[in-house]
Amino acid sequence: MFDRRLINNFDWILLAILIFIGALSVINLYSATHSIGSMGGSQVYIKQICWYAIGFFILLLMTTFDYHVLDRLAYPLFFISLIFLVAVLKSGKVTYGSQRWLSLGYFSIQPSEMVKISIIIILAKYFSDLEKTENYRLRDLLRPLILIAIPFIMIIYQPDLGTALMLLIISFSIIIFVNVNWKSIVIFLSIAFLSAPFCWITLQAYQKKRILTFLRPDLDPLGAAYHVTQSKIAIGSGLFWGKGFLKGTQTRLHFLPQQHTDFPFSVLAEEWGFVGSAILLLVYLFLILWCLNIAKNSKDKFGTLIVVGIAASVFWHLIINVSMAIGLLPVVGIPLVLFSYGGSSVISTMAAMGLVMNISMRRFMFQE
Amino acid sequence: MIWRSKINPIEAEIYQKRLKTLTLFVLIVVGVLFVRLWFLQIISGAQYRKKSESNRIDLRDILPVRGMVFDRNGELLVDNRASFAVGVIPEDIKNLDGLIDDISRLIEIDGLSAKKKINEGLRQNPFNAVYIKKGLTRDELARIETNVFHMPGVIIEVKPKRHYIHGPLAAHLIGYLGEIDKEQLNKGGYKRNKVGDFVGKFGVEKKWQRYLNGIRGGQQVEVDASGRRLRVLYQKAAEPGFNIYLTIDKDLQMLAEHSLENRAGAIVAMNPMTGEVLTMASSPSFNPNDFATGMDEKGWKQLVSNLHFPLQNRVISGQYPPGSLFKMVVAIAGLEEGVIDPDEKIFCGGTYSFRGRVYRDWKEGGHGYVDLHRALVESCDVYFYKMGQKIGIDTIARYAKSLGFGSKTKLQLGDEKEGLIPNRAWKLRRWHVPWQEGETLSVAVGQSFALVTPIQMVRFVSALFNGGVLFKPQATKWIEKESKERIFKFKPNSLHRWSIKKENMELIKKALVGVVNEPHGTGTRARLDQIRVAGKTGTAQVIALPEERELAREKDVPYKFRDHAWFVAVAPAENPAIALAVLIEHSGTGGSVAAPIAKKLLECYFEKVRPL
Repeated sequence: MFDRRLINNFDWILLAILIFIGALSVINLYSATHSIGSMGGSQVYIKQICWYAIGFFILLLMTTFDYHVLDRLAYPLFFISLIFLVAVLKSGKVTYGSQRWLSLGYFSIQPSEMVKISIIIILAKYFSDLEKTENYRLRDLLRPLILIAIPFIMIIYQPDLGTALMLLIISFSIIIFVNVNWKSIVIFLSIAFLSAPFCWITLQAYQKKRILTFLRPDLDPLGAAYHVTQSKIAIGSGLFWGKGFLKGTQTRLHFLPQQHTDFPFSVLAEEWGFVGSAILLLVYLFLILWCLNIAKNSKDKFGTLIVVGIAASVFWHLIINVSMAIGLLPVVGIPLVLFSYGGSSVISTMAAMGLVMNISMRRFMFQE
Repeated sequence: MIWRSKINPIEAEIYQKRLKTLTLFVLIVVGVLFVRLWFLQIISGAQYRKKSESNRIDLRDILPVRGMVFDRNGELLVDNRASFAVGVIPEDIKNLDGLIDDISRLIEIDGLSAKKKINEGLRQNPFNAVYIKKGLTRDELARIETNVFHMPGVIIEVKPKRHYIHGPLAAHLIGYLGEIDKEQLNKGGYKRNKVGDFVGKFGVEKKWQRYLNGIRGGQQVEVDASGRRLRVLYQKAAEPGFNIYLTIDKDLQMLAEHSLENRAGAIVAMNPMTGEVLTMASSPSFNPNDFATGMDEKGWKQLVSNLHFPLQNRVISGQYPPGSLFKMVVAIAGLEEGVIDPDEKIFCGGTYSFRGRVYRDWKEGGHGYVDLHRALVESCDVYFYKMGQKIGIDTIARYAKSLGFGSKTKLQLGDEKEGLIPNRAWKLRRWHVPWQEGETLSVAVGQSFALVTPIQMVRFVSALFNGGVLFKPQATKWIEKESKERIFKFKPNSLHRWSIKKENMELIKKALVGVVNEPHGTGTRARLDQIRVAGKTGTAQVIALPEERELAREKDVPYKFRDHAWFVAVAPAENPAIALAVLIEHSGTGGSVAAPIAKKLLECYFEKVRPL
């Protein structure tokens, strides 16, 4: 049963990229948190090493099966992740004013991370099942839109605007990638806008406030606006070569809030300068392009769409997180996947990368 | 296992095309990030680097705690209390007008001057706190504190504030603080001080400023963008100032000030054997607490425009005609010069005619036949008119000066005055007219030109009773470091020894005992039952002209024409422990006004020091 070609086609380059990013992440987290010291901050980078260890194990696990089983598992997986979401809303741990975490005894997980992968799989399945030569029509999109809307609304109610929007962006990346006609998209967007006020009145006051803060960060001068200023100072002050490892002053002074989850890029840019941030961007660029290449080489529509979805996820996380750090976008709680600290994020991304590797390894299994 | 490709060729082609477009899109977007990064880190990088560095570490002062002041028995007179001030770090202000509005909604502030100050601070050092209001009340503090996190840039600072426990008690001796002025900053001796510091401006606070001040500490504080302290990186503790023990006795001081009852006047007591000042009271007084956080203009104007000059320490700066007290000086001069025979009796009929003018005795009808002893006890003017004229003004002046008048006692507590001992040369120099013999008569009874200060007077009687030693009056018993190590200890400092025959001094001393203890003595109201008090009354006439003096004898004399009441005393006469001088301005005669006060003080002193 075991095909030797699986070993021969193992994507060592993808693994190398992931190890490289993982190493950068741990080193950067060490710098970002070492000064917290007695407050338990020194454990953050060690925890991240653990997450990466688990992540690589899961990555390997994800390569062991033929990804076509996901074709059948797409809906069950989706429903499981929805159940987790409901559980979070019912009993989730509240951090930073919203319920995102589900406590499972020793650790907490963020079900919205699971949702991101399962929505990619379910969309890939849906579109690969449709055999079409012309553009998709609006009615073809009805089912995927409903599938997206369910977790989207649930995540909005947490409220976790950032993740909800990310879910939307990733899904739309897939929808736009498959051949949808523009008219359908315009109609859909109009409906979405018209229903927005409807959603609004059902929200709690604190949820509304969070949304407003998201849209207008200047309403929160001690929060978001201030974070951006500090982040820009940190990045800008890195100059070309950076201040040196552990020498970042903005970092050490904790001018940057959430620097290990939301602003790790600022820490890196301050300490390693333009050189360091450019290298990080190039590594991510390489990762994304490598994924797109895998998508290109996959002779299977289902595989192609999954890889495109995952590549889109990495791409948008990168763009939004970095843009937020350099002041191009408002501050959203979007981590830089693989680089930010976070168990759920690292593990789910590594699982997704395992899927990419799985697809990459099995590209030979198709005949023209 | 081989699968058939699940993608049809047409779709596959579209996908290949789209993947190319996607790749291009990714490259463009990441390219935008690169451009932005280049802009941030390379083009405006230096600017951000500067910002990151200036925000990083803030140097903050730790103000030293000023030394405390105690009385001779270790009773606390001056300490420090916490005072809360609300300030702003100009750099951290987002919207100045809004912030001032916010603050003025919470507490009463002068918005305009606050804005002015902040704008000035913004230009000079935007990271230095500008204080908007000092000495917050509990209420104000609470209101600011609960809102401080909504007002970025606003800080609450705890500062030590000088606290004079008994308010105006010994205010002239202790002195007060004030914000350091430019002159002081440029002058040596204030090297440890900075703009805005409060330093001693008067009295002991000024004299011992360098010991009281302590040494400023500092800390390197990490500060975030709102000016909030995150942690202290480095700290050098402030060293507290040294504690000062004064020679005064709090209870005696309190009684003295109480006895003055807000009348203008001065009371000074000292140990005649050492020069330790036991009491130094000047009235009217002021409350040095009013200066502790900076006095407002109105309060200051009120103080300086007061006709009774509350800021003047009358003990050392008040110059008064000595009145009959001067008869002691004339007596010593006469005895030493052999002009006065102590046993010679002179008839006093109440008036003395000299060169066509009549000089009156204070007692109508006169004292009859008086010798030196009687003349001093009953304070006979006619006796001294005659003796003074015989001795001559220049001799009197010479003796007065050698006895310690006309020069400072060097107490060094501010604006000490010399007083005035007139002679012929002075008259010519000062008034460009020759001395008139009649003026010698006036000087002989302590009127007209001669002026003395209470501290000179008490030093004089002290010397008279200690064998002729002029001690430098001192008010500091010791200065103590926190470790209890004493860096200064009181030592009697004899400036000068009189060259006066002992028997002559004994004659005067005997007379002074008589003043208080003999039936016709003028100072009998200072008599104590178990302790022999020696004293001398004096009534200093404010008006020099005889005609006006006539008028002044009438009732309802206007305040400013009334006589000053003097009394000096030493007790116990045979073994002196305390000498004092009491002066009450425009209050009447020494015997009736000043002597009873002296009695009360002596009672208090002996009750406390040697219970009767």
